Amino acid sequence: MRLNRTKIALLAAGSALLLPAAAVAGPTLDAIKGRAELNCGVSTGTSIGKSTLDDQGNWTGFEADFCRAVAAAILGDGAKVNFVPLEFKNAFTSLQSGSVDMLARSATWTMSRDTEFALEWAGIYIYDGQGFLVSKASGITSAKELAGASICVTSGTTTELNLADYFRTNRMDYTPITVSSPDQSIANLESARCDAYTNEVGGLASYRLGLSDPDSYTILADVISKEPLGPVVREDDQQFEDVVEWTRHALIIAEEFGVTQANVAEMAATTEKPELRRFLGAEGEFGTKLGIPNDWAVKTIQTTGNYGELFERTLGSNSKANIARGVNTLWSQGGLLYAPPVR
Amino acid sequence: MTLSTIPPRLPPEVSRTGISSGLRGMAAESPVSLILWFALALGAAWILPDLISWTLLDATWVAEDRSGCDPSGACWAFIVNRLPQFGFGFFPPQERWRAAVALIWPVAALAIALGPAFRGRSGLVAGALAAYPVGATLVLWGEPLGLRGVGTAQWGGMTMTVYVGTVAFVLAFPVGLVLALGRRSSLPALRVLSTVFIEVWRGLPLIAVLFISVVMVPFLLPPGTELPRLALALVGITLYTSSYLAEVFRGGLQSLGKGQAEAAAALGFTYWTAQGYILIPQAIRAVIPGILNTVVALFKDTTYVLVVGLFDFLNIVNAAVADPHWLGLATEGYIFVGIVYWCFCFLLSRVSARIEWDMARGAAREART
Repeated sequence: MRLNRTKIALLAAGSALLLPAAAVAGPTLDAIKGRAELNCGVSTGTSIGKSTLDDQGNWTGFEADFCRAVAAAILGDGAKVNFVPLEFKNAFTSLQSGSVDMLARSATWTMSRDTEFALEWAGIYIYDGQGFLVSKASGITSAKELAGASICVTSGTTTELNLADYFRTNRMDYTPITVSSPDQSIANLESARCDAYTNEVGGLASYRLGLSDPDSYTILADVISKEPLGPVVREDDQQFEDVVEWTRHALIIAEEFGVTQANVAEMAATTEKPELRRFLGAEGEFGTKLGIPNDWAVKTIQTTGNYGELFERTLGSNSKANIARGVNTLWSQGGLLYAPPVR
Repeated sequence: MTLSTIPPRLPPEVSRTGISSGLRGMAAESPVSLILWFALALGAAWILPDLISWTLLDATWVAEDRSGCDPSGACWAFIVNRLPQFGFGFFPPQERWRAAVALIWPVAALAIALGPAFRGRSGLVAGALAAYPVGATLVLWGEPLGLRGVGTAQWGGMTMTVYVGTVAFVLAFPVGLVLALGRRSSLPALRVLSTVFIEVWRGLPLIAVLFISVVMVPFLLPPGTELPRLALALVGITLYTSSYLAEVFRGGLQSLGKGQAEAAAALGFTYWTAQGYILIPQAIRAVIPGILNTVVALFKDTTYVLVVGLFDFLNIVNAAVADPHWLGLATEGYIFVGIVYWCFCFLLSRVSARIEWDMARGAAREART
């Protein structure tokens, strides 16, 4: 009995020693540096504006570029990414097995995913949500004007439930036209069988481009549900999670201070602002504390530009998808993008 | 005492259906048949003009992106633009010839099998296929040959489909044969082992096999070991295919009858020489349609390599359809995929028919002498 107690005490002490050690040690970061490449899980080339393949076989889009941003922060070179296309159903398992270091794969952060899997969301990089696609000819400019409208929706999805919630909350009537696939909904919208098609805004933007005349349709600015998308990492590696999280923060901080892809090198050399000097590695050892070079933010911004540049290039006004930034703007401009200070 | 005569192998029956004989025999056919022909012609007249104008007359063949395509017709410019990628994956342009070699190699072997007969033809075809796994891997990878190294992540498209299909078949063939012999062995341990192996691998869905080999195997390996995902996938597909082939071969071996093995033993053949010279050749001859069936299924199943993050022909088209410059062209993409897959499978079935025909002719000659 006594022996058993001693054993248990020893075990407890041992695990108490081991646990923080496991949290501090960074096997992922070391592995990435060792192979000089970041294994980044993306979509199978089907996530329009986020990760698709161009005719040269290069990955393009917001999430592909986010992978490059992380690689630039760690390795100083945004080209050192090994993109691993993953189907959604395999994505979380692949991350857990170590086949990839992180996911940038339009994974919505929900409570059940966060708690059931041994995974962490390293922040949110796109605040997506359910929206409406309408024809410009209909004259509808806001979701509140949809009272009495017929709305195309994919059956059996959370979208259908969100739609019902929204109209009930706002005490409006509507006629749902439920079909089994987005393609059918798009066909219905095109033949004016429904006034609006509802889905996640990112998806709507891509389906809109598949219409025979995309320019005569528009996505309403209103969003009726929360779909926070962010990079996912393994739970057992705090250091790497910090690196990914701060890559996201760096993109936002850069936009806040007006640091762009074009002026970042010059800014790093000449700026007098104390916080900017810390951010760009001219002062302090902030990178070293993360386990990466001190000029990590400079390399990141040189690779992808700041958040605004990245968004507009891949999803926003400079891209085919042309999605409005909506809440994906800085907190100072009424958006949700907020990053802790570098101090 | 007289030797019992072995009945001669009969040539396969020639089918007497088809359009030409249908038209010729029309006068003699029943009213139902005539009505069916009429309905068919009517249907064709209704659908063909639209189909032809969409696929050919109004189609656009050259454009920079979708906006350059005439919306009333097919936008084949999308296919034309992406053809190198569909064919060779993400191979660097100056190295594409290597992907082309790996792609054409088995197709050429099949073409030779279909072409005019010459001395040593079957040996040449079999040799080309047997050399493929090592040869094509070296050509694609390149580094051991002193060429520029190209990682498996850059392989893709039709090259990937043909490579995975051919390598898995060539490797699974001997494994399947050994398994079939093992399952019929008189040694209980060997028999049980082979049976369990076959039943396990045949009982698992291929998609699960791939998932296990690529996602679960790394859990078991010491951390830090990184095997190419393609290699893991190939092992999985090969084992899966070999269990199917084993059952096909067993069917052939069982169709032979005990007399063959007993006669061979009486003539002083050992187990292996009897198998090698007498039983296996006959068994394979008997199950060529079954083997071909497995090959066609394998060829189409290769598309599951997407599970391990590799782009085969279908999935590279699937990804291209989502390119913002070419959105909304899924129809063109999938029609193209369908046509190409059909051509490959039809080529395979022609080869099978040709082998059967050659063998029937050979058997008829034997029967005459």
